This record gives sequence, C-alpha cells and structure tokens, in this order.
Amino acid sequence: MTRLLQTLMDGVAVGSLYALIALGYTMVYGILKFINFAHGDVFMLGAWVSFTLAATLGFAGGAPPWFAAPLVLLGSMALCGLLGFTVERLAYRPLRNAPRINVLITAIGVSLFIENTGQLEPIGWLAERGLAFPFGTRPQRMPALLPDATLFEVVGVQVKLVDVLVIGIAFALMGLLQWLVFGTKLGRAMRAVSHDPKTAALMGIDVDRVISFTFVVGSVLAAAAGFLAAEKYPSLNQPAHSTWILLGLKAFVAAVVGGIGNVRGAMAGGLLIGMVELFGAAYLSPQLRDVYVFSLLIVVLLVKPEGLLGKATVEKV
Amino acid sequence: MPLLQIRDLSVHYGAIQALHGVSVDVHEGEIVTLIGANGAGKSTTLRAISGLVKPSGGQILFDGRPLHGLPPHEIVRLGIAQAPEGRGIFSNLTVDENLEIGAYIRKDKDGIARDRTRALELFPRLAERLQQRAGTLSGGEQQMLAIARALLARPRLMLLDEPSLGLAPRIVQTIFAIIREINATGTTILLVEQNAHMALRAANRGYVIEVGRVVLSDDAKALADSDEVRRAYLGGH
Ligand SMILES: Nc1ncnc2c1ncn2[C@@H]1O[C@H](COP(=O)(O)OP(=O)(O)OP(=O)(O)O)[C@@H](O)[C@H]1O
Ligand SMILES: [Mg+2]
Repeated sequence: MTRLLQTLMDGVAVGSLYALIALGYTMVYGILKFINFAHGDVFMLGAWVSFTLAATLGFAGGAPPWFAAPLVLLGSMALCGLLGFTVERLAYRPLRNAPRINVLITAIGVSLFIENTGQLEPIGWLAERGLAFPFGTRPQRMPALLPDATLFEVVGVQVKLVDVLVIGIAFALMGLLQWLVFGTKLGRAMRAVSHDPKTAALMGIDVDRVISFTFVVGSVLAAAAGFLAAEKYPSLNQPAHSTWILLGLKAFVAAVVGGIGNVRGAMAGGLLIGMVELFGAAYLSPQLRDVYVFSLLIVVLLVKPEGLLGKATVEKV
Repeated sequence: MPLLQIRDLSVHYGAIQALHGVSVDVHEGEIVTLIGANGAGKSTTLRAISGLVKPSGGQILFDGRPLHGLPPHEIVRLGIAQAPEGRGIFSNLTVDENLEIGAYIRKDKDGIARDRTRALELFPRLAERLQQRAGTLSGGEQQMLAIARALLARPRLMLLDEPSLGLAPRIVQTIFAIIREINATGTTILLVEQNAHMALRAANRGYVIEVGRVVLSDDAKALADSDEVRRAYLGGH
C-alpha cells in the first residue's frame, strides 16, 4: 500500500513533467508538421538556466527567501521563451517553404548547437564573477528553492511539499494552456493555422506571429518542466549528457502516444508514460524503466498509430 | 473610380505563366463574374488579389490603393474577404468557431454579433449546427459556412471561388439567391464560376478568361446571349 501510493505520486509528478515538455513537441508539430528535435534541449536549458539564476542571485546556500522559487521559475521561463523565439526566427523561418527534411536536419543541428554551447567553460568576465553560464562540463547541484517539508503522512507515505508543488505547478500550467488553446481568440487562431495556414491568412491571421507565439509557449512550458525537474531531482547532469536526451525523447514518445498534434493527448500521454515508467520500475525491474516506455510506444503505434487521442484524419473533398 | 482595378496582371508559378496581362474592373455595388474553363486562371486571379501569390507584372488597386507587396492578412483588413476554392473551412473547429475566425480582424463586439445573427438568418441550416465540428457538415453546408464566414469580416469586396462546385442544383439555387441578397445589402462581389449559366444570371457584368487572358467582357446579359459564350460555356442552347 505504501509503495503503491508512493509510486502513484512519483508517477504523477514525473508524468506531468513529461506532459509539459510533450506539449511543446505537439504544438509545433500541429502547426508546422515537423518534429522540433531541439525541444528537449530547451527543457535541459530550463533546468540549467534555473540553476544559473539561483547561483548568481545568491540563493544557493542556506534558506532561500520565499520569492526565490517564483523568481527563478519565471526568469528561466522568460529566457527560454526568448530562446524559442530566436531559434524559430533564425533557424526555422527561413525554411518555411523548404522540404520538411531540411527543417528536420536543421532541428538536429540546433539541438547539437545548444548541447555543445552549453558545455563551454565560463571564460574571462564570466569566470571572474563565478557565473555558471555557459554551464560547463561538470554536473551541478540545484539548490532547493521549494521547501522540502513533509506535509503529512498517510499509511507510511511522506507527502512532500516539493512533490505537491511540482504537481500543482505543472497542472496549473497545463490548465492555463488548455484555456489558452480552447478558450481564447489567439488559441482559435492557433488551431486554425494548424489546420490550414493559407486559409488562416485569408481570415486576417498573421501566421508568422502565431508560429512565433507557439514556439514561445512551448519553450516556456519546457523551461518550467526543467525548473521543476531540477527541484525534484537536484543533481544536474552536464548539458550534453545522455540523460537529458533520453528525457526529451521520452517526452516526445508521450506526445506520439497521446496523438501528435493533439494538446490534450500530450497531457494524457505524459501522465501515462510517467505512470508506466515508475510502476514498471517499482514493481518489475528498475533497470528496465526505459524499456517500458518504448514498449508502450511500440504497442500504441501497432494498435492505434494515430495515438490515444489523435484522430485518424478524414478530409471531405 | 472602380473599387477594384486589375491592370495587366501577370502571374507565374515557377516557369509556368498562369496569367498573361489580365485586366478587370469591379465597381462598388456590382456583382462581376469571371468565367472560363479549368485551368484558365480564375483562381489565380483571386489568389493574386488576396496576396496569396505574388504577381510578376501589372497592378492591383483597391479603392485606388496598390495592394502590391501586402501580405494576405493585411489585405483582409482593407476590406477584401475571400471564400476560397474548395471552401477551406476549418474542419477541426466548430461551426461557431469558424464564424468567429471570420470576424478575426474585427473588434466591434456589437457589430460582430449583428453580422453573426444576419449570417445565421441567411443560412438557417448553420444556426442548427453551431456546436458541430465543421468537418462533419455536408458539402453544401460547408459552402454556406465559407460564405457566412467571409461575411463576418464585413468586407467591402467579397471574392467567391466556385461556390457552386459539386453541389446539387437546388442547393446551387439557394446559394446564388443568397449571393444576390448579400450584394443587395451593399457588398460588392467578384464571383468566379464554371457554372456560367448561373453566374451570368446573377452578375451585372462578366469576363471570359481563356488560358490566362481575358478574351471577352461585357454586360452579363449580353455575354449570356453572345454566340461564343453560348457555344463554349452554356452548352449551345
Ligand atoms: N501552385 C501551382 N503551381 C503550378 N501551377 C499552378 C499552381 N496553381 C495553378 N497552377 C496552374 O495555373 C493555371 C491556372 O490555374 P487556376 O487554378 O487559376 O485555374 P482556374 O481557372 O481556377 O481553374 P479551375 O476552374 O479548374 O479551378 C493552371 O494551368 C494551373 O495548372
Ligand atoms: Mg479555380
């Protein structure tokens, strides 16, 4: 019973992080019909920028002030949002009418660029001030900005405040996104562009602006996931480490399992992947946690290739 | 001065020249029709007006203002709405959301609500299906939605690309009656059609386009009576 509850809570926490990242994959796919392979790196940057901000703002030692967490979270979201905007502008927009394979290769290039730039050691002015950006080749430890108190205990499970906050913030952001996409004029424009950009332009929608906005939103959510992941699992591997790539990949699997292009599907897919991974690790074998995730992907692709919530598209002529 | 003035318009798709110096005038309050066979360049003309393709030569003036170089989303704001070929409705959105997208450029809530009511009076079948996903509408209903959506932009000029395509004769009658009604309440219309018979009955004036050139233009009545048009486009009767 204890183990069941503990696994359930970890599954929801990890799953909601996958969901936040998966949303970025799925939204960009929905609009541009390409897989932004650099998106997982934005998640990594979200964690590292959070660490850098926390370190430079002096939140590393002792008890951080109450505003440390929101400040670092919002700062990381803002910087990564800016990065997403810039990448789209510089790397993807010039390829708007190019074959999709070119864009795909460019995305892999952007991904390698981010990973390797992240490994540059701090030099000169930066090094003198002890700034951690660029992030270097060593792992770091994220300061605990969210209070690590135990909220209460049920049947031997310690419900930690940090877990509750991770889940709470992730769900709040997903709720916000759900509202944005399905409840606002801008969200309607996003859905229209995703269906047919030419006709959307005929309606007066500035398609390029909607695409920029989509990249910013996706990057902002990935950054939030990066911050939350770093708070839950504070040892940060160095930027090009394979764990980051694997996490990004699993989030991508979540998007595919939920139905790529489908916002609600990405959320459901993320939670499902988190559950499968952690339950498999707890009850079967912890060494095979990645295997469960990718087996689920294979099963979904065989049984329902369009994903759990994806729709097999039927177009009327 | 005509509301829309197309002067010597040329359009290339890569190496293929689709339009060779097309000139068309549309005056305020008119219905003007472009008729012609498949591949004549009718849709290309509308695409050029809306900014979806860049002309390689000539000029398009709307209300005296050159549209050259403006992106599609800004041309809509000047007062030109298009119901494109193949309807282009957003099938993943509801009928109501499609109408809201039609009014995307507007901020006057009251005006939008009035126009929405009016569009739904013109197309009562849409009123019954507001919450339905637009992709589940029948072909005729989708065409109605495409026109209603263009109406919600409150355009001065409405471009309609083959609204009768693939529809049963009774629905075509209904659609054309509504096009006339929209025109009667002050919207100028440029209508592209292969159904020359219906188009020339509805229009004030018409242009016949063949392989990218205007070969005839006249009052709609005169065109409908002319031998060339009767032979080529009206099945000889
Ligand atoms: N995207 C494109 N790329 C290349 N050629 C094109 C493209 N679109 C149209 N064309 C060519 O331009 C010419 C005019 O096409 P357009 O669509 O304007 O014809 P249309 O008069 O609307 O015909 P229809 O009645 O069949 O719709 C045709 O020869 C067509 O093959
Ligand atoms: Mg056409």
